[in-house]
Amino acid sequence: MSIKVSNLTKYYGDYLAVDNMSFEAKKGEILGFLGPNGAGKSTTMKIITTFLPPTSGTVEVDGFDVEDKSLSVRKKLGYLPELNPLYYDMTPVDYLDFIAKLDGIPAGEIKKKREEMMRVCGLDSVRKKDIGTLSKGFKQRVGLAQAMINNPDVLILDEPTSGLDPNQIIEIRNLIKKLGKEKTVVLSTHILSEVTATCNRVIIINKGKIVANGTPEELQAKSKGQSLVTLEVKNNCDKNALSGALKDIRNVNKVEFVKDNGDTFLFNIYGEHGADLREVISNKVMQQKATVLSMQTKHSSLEDIFRELTK
Amino acid sequence: MNTQNIKTIFSKELKSYFNSPIAYIVMIVFMAISGFLFTMSFFQINIASMREFFGSFFIQLVLFVVFIPAITMRSFSEERKQGTLELLLTKPITDIELILGKYLSALTLIVITLSPTILYFIIIKMIGPIEFWPFLTSLLGYILMSAFFIGVGVFVSSLTENQIIAFIVSVLICLSFFLFGKLLIVFPTSVVSFFEYLTTDYHLSNISRGVIDSRVLIYYFSMIFFTIFLTKVSLESRKW
Repeated sequence: MSIKVSNLTKYYGDYLAVDNMSFEAKKGEILGFLGPNGAGKSTTMKIITTFLPPTSGTVEVDGFDVEDKSLSVRKKLGYLPELNPLYYDMTPVDYLDFIAKLDGIPAGEIKKKREEMMRVCGLDSVRKKDIGTLSKGFKQRVGLAQAMINNPDVLILDEPTSGLDPNQIIEIRNLIKKLGKEKTVVLSTHILSEVTATCNRVIIINKGKIVANGTPEELQAKSKGQSLVTLEVKNNCDKNALSGALKDIRNVNKVEFVKDNGDTFLFNIYGEHGADLREVISNKVMQQKATVLSMQTKHSSLEDIFRELTK
Repeated sequence: MNTQNIKTIFSKELKSYFNSPIAYIVMIVFMAISGFLFTMSFFQINIASMREFFGSFFIQLVLFVVFIPAITMRSFSEERKQGTLELLLTKPITDIELILGKYLSALTLIVITLSPTILYFIIIKMIGPIEFWPFLTSLLGYILMSAFFIGVGVFVSSLTENQIIAFIVSVLICLSFFLFGKLLIVFPTSVVSFFEYLTTDYHLSNISRGVIDSRVLIYYFSMIFFTIFLTKVSLESRKW
């Protein structure tokens, strides 16, 4: 296991930030930490990266304990802290060389590594500018280059796409997905679509506790949410009769008349989770001599699960 | 301890001093003040000696109480404020390597600032007889004193993320050490000899006379060691 967290608890004074958390992450896994602000995501990451010690419990990275073998752990790690701290008076070239030296990369290889990172992260056009003058997107890329320059086994990224524009977000996600094939990546976010887009496993944290752990698909399947079908029919029918008929379908919990658009009626039909009701609904509407104009089905999203679990 | 890591931090810090106005301001102002005092004592008093120069209250006050806190105030405060401290402390480098790198770069900047005094010595030497040894020990005294106060400044800077607070607190601490010796005259003679040992002034004037006795070295080195130790404790306090 690349990362092994067992019974991790962390107090800040009296405040319980992480509450008896246990999980594992292995090579080739992109693990998403999801949770509201203040859930304990960053604290857990600070502990994995040896910046803070656990109050109790243990954390191992590649078999090294974060407290006893702190320096060995740090050699295995690439870390992008929250808010992406950088030296604004340095150029990306100077900064990456400085980081490479700290990471213990041999002097002869520094230039090669740095150039590789400049290419991968698309920093070539800003190589001689002060980091302080760069846009947020470029700063974020410098931060990512910093985290990856030592080719770490384990990458810890605290909100890697915050502050990026949609194009940059897609670029960074693709980069993370590529890296995730041969490394262990842990990333935190409160953007739900990020998790479905990049991660192959999700841990939802709330108030310092793990409330869900699984693949995005597994979590969706487990959810208690119900399916929803929106139905639009032509106004050449009796809406009350139709509504009554729809209610009789097996697995339908509730039928809601949304509005009268004049020439069309709009219904919301709530059914059991996972049931595909479209065919039955379509048949029922035809029996009522009405005409289906459109029908859409919506399964409960990760967003619903997130709300449900972190309320 | 990995000297390579100390060197990496050291050169990064030194570069950042010279990337900002602070190094130039300190060096130019010191050169202006010391140059002025040097010419004054040299031409007015007409003695081929640098004792007047090194003994100057004003030059000591400016250098030890103002310049050193100004140089060290950002050392850890800035890293804390920008969050880069977290970055450094999750790299394979120990706390003490980080502290020493920063400490030595500030000391180097002060040594560079003091270097024009060698020029003053050469000028006097060309005109009249001057002994080398008292000059050397005076310079050494200045460097030791700076080394102690830089330790104070770096420690105070590790306590806060606000540079201004770091500056003011360092000034106050350095000023008390500096002035304590000057105020000793008001104490009864029986306690003076004890307190004397604690003041920087006593040791500085001893060493300036050309006397390097082990008590002086022990005093400065234990003070330097103590301030570095306190800085280490302060960095570790994140783990409490």
